[in-house]
Amino acid sequence: MEFLTEFPEMGRRDLSQLRQGIDEGFKTFSRTYGEQLEAFFSPLLKFMVWFEKLLLAAPWPIIILIIGALAWAGSRSWKVTTGGVLAFLAIGYFGMWEDTMATLAIISVATILCIALGIPIGIMMARSDRMQALITPILDVMQTIPSFVYLIPVVMLLGIGKVPGLIAVCIYAIPPIVRLTNLGIRLVDREVLEAAEAFGASHRQKLFGVQIPLALPNIFAGVNQTIMMALSMVVIASMIGVKGLGVPVLRAISNQYLALGLMNGLAIVALAIIFDRVSQSYGKRLQSYRESGHE
Amino acid sequence: MSEAETKIKIRNLYKVFGSNPKRAMKHVHGGLTKAELLEKHKHVLGLKDITLDIKARELQVIMGLSGSGKSTLIRHFNRLIEPTEGSIEIDGDDVMAYGEKRLRDLRRFKMSMVFQRFGLLPHRTVQENVSYGLEIQGVDQDEASKRAAHWIDRVGLSGFEANYPVQLSGGMQQRVGLARALATDAEILLMDEAFSALDPLIRTDMQSILLELQEELHKTIVFITHDLDEALRIGDNIAILRDGELVQSGDGQDIVLHPADDYIADFTKEINRAKVVRLRAIAQPISGEAPTGEPMPDSTVLEVALQKLTEAEGHILPVSNKAGQVTGQVHLADAVAALQSPHA
Repeated sequence: MEFLTEFPEMGRRDLSQLRQGIDEGFKTFSRTYGEQLEAFFSPLLKFMVWFEKLLLAAPWPIIILIIGALAWAGSRSWKVTTGGVLAFLAIGYFGMWEDTMATLAIISVATILCIALGIPIGIMMARSDRMQALITPILDVMQTIPSFVYLIPVVMLLGIGKVPGLIAVCIYAIPPIVRLTNLGIRLVDREVLEAAEAFGASHRQKLFGVQIPLALPNIFAGVNQTIMMALSMVVIASMIGVKGLGVPVLRAISNQYLALGLMNGLAIVALAIIFDRVSQSYGKRLQSYRESGHE
Repeated sequence: MSEAETKIKIRNLYKVFGSNPKRAMKHVHGGLTKAELLEKHKHVLGLKDITLDIKARELQVIMGLSGSGKSTLIRHFNRLIEPTEGSIEIDGDDVMAYGEKRLRDLRRFKMSMVFQRFGLLPHRTVQENVSYGLEIQGVDQDEASKRAAHWIDRVGLSGFEANYPVQLSGGMQQRVGLARALATDAEILLMDEAFSALDPLIRTDMQSILLELQEELHKTIVFITHDLDEALRIGDNIAILRDGELVQSGDGQDIVLHPADDYIADFTKEINRAKVVRLRAIAQPISGEAPTGEPMPDSTVLEVALQKLTEAEGHILPVSNKAGQVTGQVHLADAVAALQSPHA
């Protein structure tokens, strides 16, 4: 009966050897390739440093102006624009300007990176069922595995700093854009696609002339989700040395500073709401052609 | 009229849908019916041994109920669907031998298509939809919009250039579809149940537009429909499909006066023959003295002829061909007899 009550587990020594083996293997890997990987990511690092410096060096009224202009360009709504400008003024007034700029820098770079990688991957997935079957479980893992778990190998490889932080953010934030690009392209009306084919459209012409334009509202929903998820990673990224609003939040947790935590937390929320409203109303305007003027 | 040359030549075309069509074809050649093939081998016989010549500059109707394979057949002409067996020649050229590039050129320059549910690009305006085919051809933008504007005007949509498809009614959307297909200057126009989704009045309207345009353009048109009235109104020739097989092919007169089997006779029962049957189908050779009175063209439908015959002396009148020569005569009794359906 012992067999039923005691799980026939691997011996303790074997298990510990297995773990050590994996750890050693990865350490060797990171010793051999760590520097090359760092060199590979160094242009990205330089860009991030430059962008953050730019945001911090620019006079604050100009930043506010740019944010107002972008909000207006995206949403065409006075409510969203004034709301955004007021939120940034409040953030500055409560002394969180620099941290906010640092967060803005990493979120922007992460979003651009996720779009640049995610849309092509999404297109590949939409083109082949096998690709979809292969990539979907990977996306599931990326979305559900606790972030701390993949922070370990990233930090082992690249140490602490902006680049590992960026990678951590991207791993968490890229799945929605990939999924929704795939979905958007697959949902394109088959008859419209057939019409394009009947007129002799090439693969390229179909992709850029029909599939992507018609998938755009979905792709845009993906961009919106990606930005939201990137923002939600700010605190975790700050644990591995990314500057920004996450740092004071972490400090507030360890020292029980209620007000500090609340203020910085609310600043993250404000950023999220501004990004969300602007990108959503832009996404809606993209599909204005769907509005019927005919009854 | 001289015998028209063949534009599209289809020989022994088969299409089997399923996981292994090639193997299923052996059973088809072995004599299994569509139902047996589905039952025993889980393959659907879409088209069975279709042989059909489509003449240049004529309007060929392919008719059948849903599931008869007509939409499948029309998609073989531009190879949106690949046949399992058989050959398709266009202008004497074997289309099945085409590589990707030649096939694209065929679709770009030689054939265009109109769809049942329009298939318009929803994110493009009317103008941009009509110039779509030209854009694919690589025509520069100025030229494309000029030509698009011409065709938008021809289908009566001037003033709607900047509208999006959803803002138009069904009939107007299909005019866009028609203008888009005509704008590419293709010789062959494939129309897949193009007017079936429209309500009856609009449908008649669209048929008139098509006939009017055809009188001037003389394209080779393949028109799919499930509606015999429509087929008889617009078709020079009609081919009837049932369960993937071609059951009869001929002009409208043939189909109505000599249905090949009960299935087709059933189809033709409800037809108003007075509007379909023309004198050329019932004219008799002149026996003895030629009847007096003004000759009627042999394209006159019975509806018109009946009235003239009633008023004519002796209820008999001569019939003339296109050139105006008297070729026969017709008696009121023949005309009345032709009104009766053969299985009534």
